Amino acid sequence: MQPVIFVLLFRYVFGGAIHTASAGGYVNYLMPGIIAQTAAFATFATAIALAQEATKGVIDRFRAMPMARSAVLAGRLIADSIRMLIVILVIIGVGYAVGFRFQNGVVGAIGMVLLAEAFGIAVCSVSAFVGLAIKDEESVQAFGLIWIFPLTFVSSAFVQVSTMPSWLQVFANNQPVTLVINAMRAMALGGPHFPLNPALWESLVWLAGVLIVFVPLAVRSYRRVG
Amino acid sequence: MEVQHNGYAIEVSALHKSFGKVHALRGIDLAVPRGSVLGMLGPNGAGKTTAVRVLTTLLRPDSGRVVIEGYDVVRDAAAVRRRIGLAGQATAIQLELTGRENLEIMGRLSHMPRRSVRGRAAELLERFDIADAADRPAKTYSGGMQRRLDLAASLIAEPSVLFLDEPTTGLDPVGRLGMWEIIRELVGRGTTLLLTTQYLDEADELANTVVVVDHGRVIASGTPNQLKDQVGGDLLEFAVPDRSRIDDAVTAVAGLSDSAPTVEPATRRVKVAVGSRGSMALVEAVRRLDAAGVVTEDLALHRPSLDDVFLAVTGHATEATPDTGSKARKSPAAGVPS
Ligand SMILES: Nc1ncnc2c1ncn2[C@@H]1O[C@H](COP(=O)(O)OP(=O)(O)OP(=O)(O)O)[C@@H](O)[C@H]1O
Ligand SMILES: [Mg+2]
Repeated sequence: MQPVIFVLLFRYVFGGAIHTASAGGYVNYLMPGIIAQTAAFATFATAIALAQEATKGVIDRFRAMPMARSAVLAGRLIADSIRMLIVILVIIGVGYAVGFRFQNGVVGAIGMVLLAEAFGIAVCSVSAFVGLAIKDEESVQAFGLIWIFPLTFVSSAFVQVSTMPSWLQVFANNQPVTLVINAMRAMALGGPHFPLNPALWESLVWLAGVLIVFVPLAVRSYRRVG
Repeated sequence: MEVQHNGYAIEVSALHKSFGKVHALRGIDLAVPRGSVLGMLGPNGAGKTTAVRVLTTLLRPDSGRVVIEGYDVVRDAAAVRRRIGLAGQATAIQLELTGRENLEIMGRLSHMPRRSVRGRAAELLERFDIADAADRPAKTYSGGMQRRLDLAASLIAEPSVLFLDEPTTGLDPVGRLGMWEIIRELVGRGTTLLLTTQYLDEADELANTVVVVDHGRVIASGTPNQLKDQVGGDLLEFAVPDRSRIDDAVTAVAGLSDSAPTVEPATRRVKVAVGSRGSMALVEAVRRLDAAGVVTEDLALHRPSLDDVFLAVTGHATEATPDTGSKARKSPAAGVPS
């Protein structure tokens, strides 16, 4: 529900005040940003569920059973990834209802969805680690996931980075969420050097890096729950 | 790779486990014969949950040996997991799933064939009195129903050794009685059970052997009756409404046992410890008091509770206290605590 509100809010309330040079107007600029943010926010549920399972002994119960120790973690991440994909598709549907249109053909559209999903999975690995490491549901909610906010808002998700104060631009231009959203936008709307937009390759390197670091960390905290 | 087959389902020797500076277990020894119930009794922080988690392969011991059904929990963890069931201290069910789905998933994850899982789940739902709510999400269940579902989930694969960490915490009195009934039935079918509890009457009710744990050590063990004998056995107690007849009453019951009767003048109550002679002493007391022509009220025999045992062996009541255990330990009191 919350992503739908974001779409409507930015499309109709803030949108009029935000000027971008996108083909098809602000709604086309906005949607890749909202989709990436939605994917990132969806991982809250993963972190909180894992924290609950750790404290409530669900993970203990599974670990005392004759099965692969990481199967439960893998199962949850796969299920949450599928749920995330569904949410992304729903949000694209909502976007279409308010005027969003892919400008770059089917391949571009599919590419954007896949990149959004890959981005969501990478964020999910971090959230899973946070949930399992902190374990206290309220702490996870209160501060465990706070980093998602600056990363998604101080990015090119809603406004062009060039409109920000210059000190903020330094951060916004060099953080992975901006790269990912720029690459998604290029695929959805057509951009320089499609499909070999440099932002795409830089994004993929970032996402791979995040996964390489955080998947083992999440698995390790899962094994140490207790 | 079975290590030995000596009739013990659980064998623990010199088990130590620390969390940083907290010595949760400081040398635990246990031997639980197959098909029997061990009650592990202790106050908050005694180390009960830690012991259960080591015994169920969830925590590695720092030192010592733990063997479950002949398999070492460190070297043969997988073999141990195929034989145990665990219901932890917190209810560990999936709230979004129905009761039936919870059980069936646990069964499938334990590699049971689909068909037998279905039958077994239905049977457990029936037995645990949740059949009516079987197809509702577990989050709509009451606390007691969730706890019962949790216990049912630990039984789906018919484990031969079952670990229940405070199974009746949070249940109302009826729920506790129901849970006891189920536990007795299980044990009747040959399951070995290790049960932790803070309720003394629960250990008394269910366990063949009780170990009292405090500060990570076993400070007393035996059958519930042996432990009670340590504090002087049964207590005969009555009131004498006519104050002038108290002395006659005391004279009448004085010969019942070696210990002298005590009198509480304020309440006009007379107490005498009668060891393990229990009901025989009761009959004898009635006869003597009657012969002496003394009228009494509330004549009754009290079994000392395990609370009394706890007090006698630790020197403090069952509340966790900040003392360090070793220095507070007293030899079991000879007399009957009042
Ligand atoms: N994961 C852990 N990390 C640090 N300390 C721990 C951990 N688990 C238990 N402890 C400590 O070990 C001691 C024993 O705890 P344990 O949970 O085994 O007690 P318990 O007998 O089960 O108590 P309760 O009746 O409250 O459930 C306590 O001092 C506890 O704080
Ligand atoms: Mg405990």
